[in-house]
Amino acid sequence: MATSSRPFSIERMPGFSLLALTCFFALYMPLAPLVVYSFNAGDNIALWEGLSLRWYVAAWENDLVQSAAIRSVVVAVIASVVATSLATMVALGTTRTRPYRGQTSIYAMVNQPLMVPEIVTAVALLIFFALIKESTGYHGYAYLISAHTAFCIPFAYLPIRARLEGMDRVLETAAADLYATPWRSFTRVTLPLLLPGILAGAMLAFVISLDDVVITEFVKSAGQDTLPTYMLGQLRRTITPEINAISTVLLGVSVVMVTIIFFLSRKKA
Amino acid sequence: MSDDVAVEARGVSKIFGASTDQEVRALDHVSVSIAQNEFFTLLGPSGCGKTTLLRLIAGFEHPTDGAILLEGKDISALPPFQRPVNTVFQNYALFPHMTVAQNIGFGLEMQGQSKDEVANTVGAMLVLVKMENLKNRRIDQISGGQQQRVALARALAPRPKVLLLDEPLSALDLKLRKEMQVELKRLQHETGITFIFVTHDQEEALTMSDRVAVMNEGRILQVGAPHEIYNRPNDRFVADFIGDTNFMPAEVIEHDESEVRIRLPSGIEITIPAPPGLPQGSEVTLAIRPEQARIVTDADAISIQGSLTDEIYIGTDTQYRVDIGMTSPFVVRVQNANGERARIPLGSRVGIAVDPRTIQILQD
Repeated sequence: MATSSRPFSIERMPGFSLLALTCFFALYMPLAPLVVYSFNAGDNIALWEGLSLRWYVAAWENDLVQSAAIRSVVVAVIASVVATSLATMVALGTTRTRPYRGQTSIYAMVNQPLMVPEIVTAVALLIFFALIKESTGYHGYAYLISAHTAFCIPFAYLPIRARLEGMDRVLETAAADLYATPWRSFTRVTLPLLLPGILAGAMLAFVISLDDVVITEFVKSAGQDTLPTYMLGQLRRTITPEINAISTVLLGVSVVMVTIIFFLSRKKA
Repeated sequence: MSDDVAVEARGVSKIFGASTDQEVRALDHVSVSIAQNEFFTLLGPSGCGKTTLLRLIAGFEHPTDGAILLEGKDISALPPFQRPVNTVFQNYALFPHMTVAQNIGFGLEMQGQSKDEVANTVGAMLVLVKMENLKNRRIDQISGGQQQRVALARALAPRPKVLLLDEPLSALDLKLRKEMQVELKRLQHETGITFIFVTHDQEEALTMSDRVAVMNEGRILQVGAPHEIYNRPNDRFVADFIGDTNFMPAEVIEHDESEVRIRLPSGIEITIPAPPGLPQGSEVTLAIRPEQARIVTDADAISIQGSLTDEIYIGTDTQYRVDIGMTSPFVVRVQNANGERARIPLGSRVGIAVDPRTIQILQD
């Protein structure tokens, strides 16, 4: 038989392309109206009245949107930087050491935010932070930032760990052989090779922090709305295409970041 | 060659996974001295401990017992970055984020040499390994053979007291490997640095080395110049591992200082020069190299009889396999001088003539 001589390929399975197309359609089709109506000239999110950028301008000029956006970015930057630093240390501690007791449980603990339902973490943090707020009287941004840092750690950790595991340890041995102390071997060999993983981890953490709703909604104090919680608040009132415009911008940011992460992770070790 | 000792291993043992149930004894009381400016090869099958010994000298592992000495100084406790010893790794371990020149300069830079010194030495090394025009290439932009040269230059640049080479040629194809063998000998000659070379390839070991140590199961079985190892193996494993050998059981019947009379399984008795320390009346094994035997068709006084089962043409030589009533056939290799060879019909009775002086007696 002619076909049996060719290696197995999923592309030739019957219905494969149809299934693939259905999946892509289901994933991306719902986004289309959102993006399209963000350019609507009218007031209604379901009635097309012509092409316009007025809702982008409106969102840009809205003070509440502006302050929420700035807050979101500041929280995401701080949380992703801190989370990435911690995740880098954890990744080094779980891959660049002799095997030790409890290594697996550290792995499980670091990834805990991926397993525990977000709403559970949110409620727990709400109660925990309420206790601290009561005893200290402090109501600032530290709560929001530390909560975001915590759930960002596993997202930063995974690409960094993957990178470290793919890196040939003989390179560090070679550096030591060539008179590099452990610290210089780290700064001159390990870190430069790890950098794409660290950047990918940081950007992933940034995106995750930027669009978090559940934990932020529970943890934020009054006047600490981020962009997603502001949008959630708006949905309870009249909805205008302004929300579409903000969503489209957020979508754009995410797509750009994820594309960069993809290329960073693909870079050869 | 100077007689000064470059590296010495004194009763070195290495046990991996000590105090667990998967204890592996990689090295078992190994002692060996390697002279200054020597091309010394550790030869053995995989898992014999040769790479472990190399890693102990480099400092990547530390001995469970015994000591490693460099020019008489005990370095067993020093970390690798404090040992004036460099390694060429099996897969080169070049830094992928650096250029050829940056790779070569890395060790010099870590030693704290000035930019000018580093640049000068890197330039000289690039000339030495003939890579001047590729100095700004990235590592993934050069071929395997070129990477090999960069790895050599990088390890030689800091002028180590000893250069360790861990099967560096195994990733190259045959032709390139032959070239690099010559190249390595040239580099060792030009730099005057002691080379310790690890390989499982006996031909490579014989062609390149001043001395060879044959290892098996964590021990050094024999150390000697290539011709000694080849012609006078003192152990069945050595004789078997290096080149092809015919083994034959025999019995010592008479023995004095200079000669020993031996009876072959066929009942034939031969007299051969006696090796030192042979016990009287003992069972021994004779080792005979295929190229040191001849096929004779007329009856010979000291010949082994058998029937010819195979004749294999291998270019320069012809190999004859003779059934002499033992489990494996006796192999005789004859050079095809003038491109001609004697045709002997398969199955015919032939004799195998051997010069008694080339027979090696191994104690069981």
